[in-house]
Amino acid sequence: MKQMYEPIIGMEVHVELNTKSKMFCRCSADYFGKEPNTHTCPVCLGLPGALPYPNKKALEYCMMIGLALGCKISEKSLFERKNYFYPDLPKGYQISQYRWPLCINGQLTMDNGKIIRINRAHMEEDTAKLTHTDNESLIDFNRSGVPLVEIVTEPDFRGVEEVRDYAKKLQQLFRYLRVSNADMERGDMRLEANVSVRKLASHIVSGNMELPNYRVELKNINSFRFMVAAIEYEIKRQITAIEKGEKLTQETRGWNEDKKCTYLQRSKEEAHDYRYFPEPDIPEFSLQSNDKLPELPWDKLARFQKEYSLSKQQAEILTETRELADFYEETVKDGADVTQAANYIINRKINIKEVLPAQVVMSIKGMSVGIISDEKELEKLAQEAISENPKAAEDFQKGKESALQALIGAVMKKSSGKADASRVVSILKSLLNP
Amino acid sequence: MNDLNKLTLTEALEGLRAKKFSSLEITKACLEKIKKLNPKINAYLTVCESEALKMAEQADKLASQGETLQFLGVPFSMKDVYSTKDIRTTAGSKVLENYTSPYNATVYQKLLDAGAVLLGKTNCDAWGHGASTENSDFGVTKNPWNLEYVAGGSSGGSAASIASDMAIFEIGEDTGGSIRMPSSFCSTVGLKVTYGRVSRYGAIAYASSLDSMGPMGKSVEDVALLLSIIAGIDEKDATSSPKPVSDYVSTLKKNIKGLKIGLPKEFFAIGLDREVKETVEKAIKVLEAQGAEIVYISIPSTEYGIATYYIIAPSETSSNLARYDGIRFGNDRSSFGDEAKRRIMLGTYALSSGYYDEYYLKAQKVRTLVKQDFEKAFTKCDVILAPVSPTPPFKIGEKIDDPLSMYLIDVYNVLVNLAGVPSLALSCGFSKTGLPIGMQIIGPQFSESLILNVGYAYEQVTEWHKMRSVILGSEATPESKEGRILDKPE
Repeated sequence: MKQMYEPIIGMEVHVELNTKSKMFCRCSADYFGKEPNTHTCPVCLGLPGALPYPNKKALEYCMMIGLALGCKISEKSLFERKNYFYPDLPKGYQISQYRWPLCINGQLTMDNGKIIRINRAHMEEDTAKLTHTDNESLIDFNRSGVPLVEIVTEPDFRGVEEVRDYAKKLQQLFRYLRVSNADMERGDMRLEANVSVRKLASHIVSGNMELPNYRVELKNINSFRFMVAAIEYEIKRQITAIEKGEKLTQETRGWNEDKKCTYLQRSKEEAHDYRYFPEPDIPEFSLQSNDKLPELPWDKLARFQKEYSLSKQQAEILTETRELADFYEETVKDGADVTQAANYIINRKINIKEVLPAQVVMSIKGMSVGIISDEKELEKLAQEAISENPKAAEDFQKGKESALQALIGAVMKKSSGKADASRVVSILKSLLNP
Repeated sequence: MNDLNKLTLTEALEGLRAKKFSSLEITKACLEKIKKLNPKINAYLTVCESEALKMAEQADKLASQGETLQFLGVPFSMKDVYSTKDIRTTAGSKVLENYTSPYNATVYQKLLDAGAVLLGKTNCDAWGHGASTENSDFGVTKNPWNLEYVAGGSSGGSAASIASDMAIFEIGEDTGGSIRMPSSFCSTVGLKVTYGRVSRYGAIAYASSLDSMGPMGKSVEDVALLLSIIAGIDEKDATSSPKPVSDYVSTLKKNIKGLKIGLPKEFFAIGLDREVKETVEKAIKVLEAQGAEIVYISIPSTEYGIATYYIIAPSETSSNLARYDGIRFGNDRSSFGDEAKRRIMLGTYALSSGYYDEYYLKAQKVRTLVKQDFEKAFTKCDVILAPVSPTPPFKIGEKIDDPLSMYLIDVYNVLVNLAGVPSLALSCGFSKTGLPIGMQIIGPQFSESLILNVGYAYEQVTEWHKMRSVILGSEATPESKEGRILDKPE
């Protein structure tokens, strides 16, 4: 039965930008963990008479995201008001983009070769944060007005694995571009899925390959794990309903983790009419992109495989973050062999915050002659390094983490690079802070 | 009791700088007048007496130290849509009956920085919705020339305040005639600036793409002085213009010989009261005698003005009023008055799915035609002269039961807002029953210097701006409510 159907899925991702200021005022946008209602002003509180003044950096970040996703930057771009009522929306409207988004018509290629079309990437502002207790609801406006970029795909996904791949790629991209922490737990990155099902082409008699005339929006799901579970559940639920002859309609559903099922939040009849119209307080704008994009994760992945003759798995690990990729390339630049460096960094799970590329190079060189991995030998070297560098030792004991580098370097030098770097760090630490 | 409250801004500045009197003295004179007259006229919603006296004392102190700020020590009032920190701002609505803003509107801050002294906040149609101040939730403002008549609106309290010498100058706001109508009805001078000439930050929004802040005063020179201080770009208002601010005062005295004054034929057609027509035509003759030439022009989109305005303005206001939910400040929505509810419903309807294209989008297209009509007109003339109201001031209660007939009195005014151009309103005479009749001088965008120049030229050879209502005397009693234009100060 189930092989007769395929899921049609579109994804909407909201990413909170890490700009210093909010989108339409100069309040600090760094709200996480701060005391409630301490980053506010007339604008983000929606006080009478307040007016929005756009944050240029946020728009530039939105452009970067769009360009990285292969989008075209619209010549004419406008903000619009999305009108609806909710206590977390102080103005009674959200300043967003609707008809004239900043970035349009991009695409992203998944691991399985599938191309996902990006409909748009546009700029908007976040709402305040609501907390519900038993007898009251509290509103924290620190988050009100924080810049958000919304990225919408066409309904090109045909399975949960593609969705997972897409979400991971986006998260990696935001971190590479350094526009957001993209942390789902902190709410920096939020996912929404639009799910429908239809009969597979092979099972269609009339040859009509139209998209289904309904879709179910999965919203307010705040973990990636739950999103996957919700999509899988939803696909099954919809297929079962169709098989029973039930008509499926436009709906918004949430995920109940306890009962492990989706539930109705809003039906089509209750859908909002947002009465979009161009924001009269902000004139039309057009932006030119001046900055060059950094090398994108998928381009780096391809290049690493080619340039350093690495396997796909190795390249994936080394390019997972920009920092690790840079570390690897620094190591290679310092003279390490490309394959040995890759193996060393990957197998030893090097902590790049504690180890210098140069040390890795020396370790690798020492490897070909024989590594010192004897605990007692390493302890002796470590103790010597500490006695010979009392100030560094003292600084580290006082809490200056970076002082450890000097001691590591000393050990490596003493051992002509043969000391087992991964052990050196923990031995030094245990000697200094027993 | 001294008569210092009767001075113009220019005279007050002269006197203060020459140390003929102190800020405290002139401020007290205004406060006295307010105490006496406001119960009858209802121009003021809030009088901040203790703050005013403090500010006046501070101004005198600075003056004695040699400080020479542009308006140091001059007492003024503001339409109650401007946010004034620690002093109540209501926008004429019960929703904000107890609202005190934590910040200052840019225009207010500029005046404070110039050393002016705030007397209080003046009455208006709630949210700016109206042309007679009858839609204020705090009672109508009466016309100082005849207490049975309206003062015009929505800045009715502003015009009445200066017309009755309760304040030296005022700042109003004009979205569809709200400075010009009351200026015309009360015989004061009011300037609706080019959209974007003055910052809107801190002014409670009515229709964001139409709202124009504006100085109101006892003479054209006063208004020109005010504009030179309040105009200019504001980084907090993304729609404010970067165009440099002119020196509006030095160009006032230019000769208007050869100036081409356009008269739109649609504005002088049926619907215009005969008395208003004749009064305005007399004013045209005065300007011709000074060397101006008359050109007959056409604004074909005139007949669509009201319909276009009453789609765009309510649409924007329905969105701007959404924030008044009573959660963070103010009273909740049950406190909205009838007219506010009317406009919210109209606007919501015009923006809703299925109607947006036919109404809002179409109205914006017509708006572009209006802009183009004015641009074309200004290739044939330098300024346009027009009546402000198609009728003389009307009685309180006369039009309030028919909202549509009220909307129609802004038939000439709304076109100016739709086109985004500036217009200066000033008195050009009185009706047989002793009520003021005004005219407006409209110019191309950012031509404030020119229209002020024309207004100044007219004022030099006329006396309307010097007249004051006799019913104001020392007491305005119910018996003496029929005003006569007799009181011409020496």
